[in-house]
Amino acid sequence: MVEAEKQERIVFSRPKALTDTTTHYCPGCIHGIVHRLIAEAIDELGIQDRTIGIAPVGCSVLAYHYFDVDFAEAAHGRAPAMATGLKRVQPDKIVFTYQGDGDLAAIGTNEIIHAVNRGENITTFFINNAIYGMTGGQMAPTTLPGQVTTSTPFGRDVRAAGYPLRVCELMATLAGAAYVVRRTAINPREIRRLKKAIVTAFKVQMAGLGYSLVEVVSNCPTNWGMTPIESLEWLEKNMLPYYPLGDFKVAEGVENL
Amino acid sequence: MSSKILMKGNEAIAESAIRAGCQAYFGYPITPQTEVLEYMARRMPQLGRVFLQAESELAAINMLYGAACAGVCAMTSTSSPGFSLMQEGISYIACSMVPAVVVNVMRGGPGLGNIQPSQADYSQMTKGGGHGDYKVLTLAPSTIQELVDHVGLAFDLADEYRQIVFVIADGMLGQMMEPVELPEMRELRPPPAWALTGAKGRPKNIITSLYLNAPELEKVNQELQAVYRRIEANEVRYDSYLLEDAEIAVVAYGTAARIARTAIRRAREAGIRVGLFRPITVYPFPYEALAEVAGRVQEMLVVEMSAGQMLEDVRMATCCRVPIRFFGKMGGVVPLPEDILAEIEALAQGKPAMVAQKGA
Repeated sequence: MVEAEKQERIVFSRPKALTDTTTHYCPGCIHGIVHRLIAEAIDELGIQDRTIGIAPVGCSVLAYHYFDVDFAEAAHGRAPAMATGLKRVQPDKIVFTYQGDGDLAAIGTNEIIHAVNRGENITTFFINNAIYGMTGGQMAPTTLPGQVTTSTPFGRDVRAAGYPLRVCELMATLAGAAYVVRRTAINPREIRRLKKAIVTAFKVQMAGLGYSLVEVVSNCPTNWGMTPIESLEWLEKNMLPYYPLGDFKVAEGVENL
Repeated sequence: MSSKILMKGNEAIAESAIRAGCQAYFGYPITPQTEVLEYMARRMPQLGRVFLQAESELAAINMLYGAACAGVCAMTSTSSPGFSLMQEGISYIACSMVPAVVVNVMRGGPGLGNIQPSQADYSQMTKGGGHGDYKVLTLAPSTIQELVDHVGLAFDLADEYRQIVFVIADGMLGQMMEPVELPEMRELRPPPAWALTGAKGRPKNIITSLYLNAPELEKVNQELQAVYRRIEANEVRYDSYLLEDAEIAVVAYGTAARIARTAIRRAREAGIRVGLFRPITVYPFPYEALAEVAGRVQEMLVVEMSAGQMLEDVRMATCCRVPIRFFGKMGGVVPLPEDILAEIEALAQGKPAMVAQKGA
């Protein structure tokens, strides 16, 4: 066989569940990786035509432009309540929310806790970058002690501003949680682990086992004032000790999926 | 053949919604409307429909929003403090143009107030309430039969205009019992083409209220305003009672109107030519019809269970062409027929001053 007759094999392309819209995310931000992994998971599971996403308020407010599935835009923090309404009237659909730390761990704490606690059959992808990105770098509930932000200019003083909230540890205590894990995307190995967790989270929902939540420890080069590489190094050195990666709740039946 | 049954207002709201095809109800307990939630808790699961007690009114309105995005007929009910909490979600739903029904069984306020009947949410219901330029078609029944009819109508109007629709009641209508005739059970309608049902066999649907581009958001606002103009042109509803030969027109809605009817009947017995003008839609307010009445009568008396919120609409309608007297009760105090009769008699005797005065 001559070289020209060899069958071409595509080894890498845009997932079907992702549109070809140019994203607005800052260079080096992990949102793009997470979007792609979610889209890949939707493709692999063959659920594009029955998946409905809920976009948050914050950096990923425009997520509905990037995913090629039905999408709604929620008020700040209310995505789990909207997802509950959508899923309750359409139990055969796959419903996920995509939320940042300001959205989920501050203004929307009530909604996420109760949706998880009810064991709603929905999935949340929670992007934790320890800062408010969209509004320009203010303190988030997840901001680390001593971390400088525009609203903690002298570093977060826990005596005044309280302690960083560990969402996975909190959610894992709730009976309705089926799958609660924390991952990151700082290198190819962690990206593969994150992808596996995203697929599992959807499978948990498809099997009707309860709430699935994947936290992604993420970066914010722009508001942290770092290059993308520096931000990943900072993340590994400072965030992972406070937000350890791992499985916080894996309910019975999840391992067999 | 009609068959009437005795029903409590709140339960009538719930049963009427079910018969109108309400597929999902989300709510949070608050007096004096909790029986709506309790009735739904029993009936909706029996019918294989969705009932969910939310963790807050904020969650309830957003669950309603989610279900409405799926294109199903959905409803929530609440009372004044809970209604305040729902304003955020209502503003989003208004902009997103998904149909939904909200019943507000008003109580005394401001703040925690009390659990007695009131009409003090009028401005909040008819002038926007949440942020942004929006209006909500608001039906104001004054009997339990009308409550039943209006809840069914609210679902139709919500679908027709792809808008959120309010039914405005108060603690008295919610808690009292009257004989009512219930409509037949309607079939559940399929979700419309714009609904979020999974993009099977079609391009994806997006429901959002975010438009970062200013001219684009202006266009959305213009579309919303065009809907409101259509509503104002087509959906104005009002009722009148003994108004044909009246020299005095009492203007009142809801519970205040039914009490005013009793006072008017007694005044008529005393030879006073008085009638009632009753807005049924408080947004859109029947400005033109009331302006026409203002041209025929010598005096007007506005009666409200508030400090005079509808009074402002009456003034706008009449352009001060006729003297307006105001009688209002606040804090959950319900006016008695004698109170209103005394006001009518005072007007008929040409005293005191005919100029409108705010406050009871």
